[in-house]
Amino acid sequence: MCNFAGCCNNNSCMAKQFGIIFGCLLVGELLAFIPGLDIPGSILGMLVLTVLLERKVVRPESIAPVSRFLIKNMAFFFVPPGVALMLYFDIIAAEWIPITVATVVSIFLVLVVTGRLYEFLHRYYKKRR
Amino acid sequence: MDIVLFVRSELFLVTLTFLFFWIFSRLQTRTGIALLNPMVLTIAALIVFLRVAGISYDEYYKSGQLIEFWLKPAIVALALPLYSELRHIRRQLMPLLLAELAGCVVGIVSVVVIAAMLGAGEDVVRSLAPKSVSTPIALEISRQIGGIPALTSAIVVVVGMIGAITGLKMMTWGRVKSPVSRSLSMGTAAHVMGTNRVSEYGERFGAYATLGLIINGILTAFLADPVVKLVYACGLAG
Repeated sequence: MCNFAGCCNNNSCMAKQFGIIFGCLLVGELLAFIPGLDIPGSILGMLVLTVLLERKVVRPESIAPVSRFLIKNMAFFFVPPGVALMLYFDIIAAEWIPITVATVVSIFLVLVVTGRLYEFLHRYYKKRR
Repeated sequence: MDIVLFVRSELFLVTLTFLFFWIFSRLQTRTGIALLNPMVLTIAALIVFLRVAGISYDEYYKSGQLIEFWLKPAIVALALPLYSELRHIRRQLMPLLLAELAGCVVGIVSVVVIAAMLGAGEDVVRSLAPKSVSTPIALEISRQIGGIPALTSAIVVVVGMIGAITGLKMMTWGRVKSPVSRSLSMGTAAHVMGTNRVSEYGERFGAYATLGLIINGILTAFLADPVVKLVYACGLAG
């Protein structure tokens, strides 16, 4: 795989890749202003980029190295919002039992319901076809 | 330069964040223990450091912003794995949508009902409702339904940690077997962090997790408000 930033093979230079990704983000943020559309700009930006890839306006190679770099390091970008936990130690300390139990049970239910229903429906629709 | 000012400078705090993450990543690779999640340990170490150094979160926030800023373009970049799976996705739109819908509703109802029954305050309960979707989406939803957005963002990170660390084991207990459905579930329940965890197995799995994350994000944006209202109206939550 090609290296981040330093790479300028073909026409996927760093500036072009970031230009496309940030351009889509910008369009997404603008779309988010549409009244009644309560979806964050970053998600809309992702959908915009997906459409551009699908319509062959943007070739996957022209965003791949930077995209892979960003996706691979997403866990790091989550550190600052995580540090915000320190602001809520008092609420969390007072209500940690309901928060923890509800969260863990809910995660388990979402994982199992989504996964098993998908497996079931996948088989069901396959049979019908 | 005054040492106190130096420690509070953005450059120092950003460098420290990198250093902690680097050290804990090495620790995880060296020991091979999945529980030693570098992100979780970095967050913990930073909180301890800020407390000891007497730096408030607001002061750290300026440096944190420089890092958090990259979260948005990273979410846009998820278009790449999504695009590469589009062909498969189209062929099974119905199973995907129905499974996501069920997962979304179960997620909101269960967390709201359980938290309320165990005596959490209403603002905390409302902050918990969008727990499974990624931070930017969850913040908006929390604001919309009367939660505390910052508490939601913290809970979202905790959910991501729990999901990334224990999710695969939970699904083994729950007998979710196929790798595709496991990836889909991870994205649905634990947003970007769950996606991040299964992406290690290959881009294909990352794509299904991304799909779970996107569809659940959109569904939760539309359904959180009505579902929470319904749960309260039915007297299921206090």
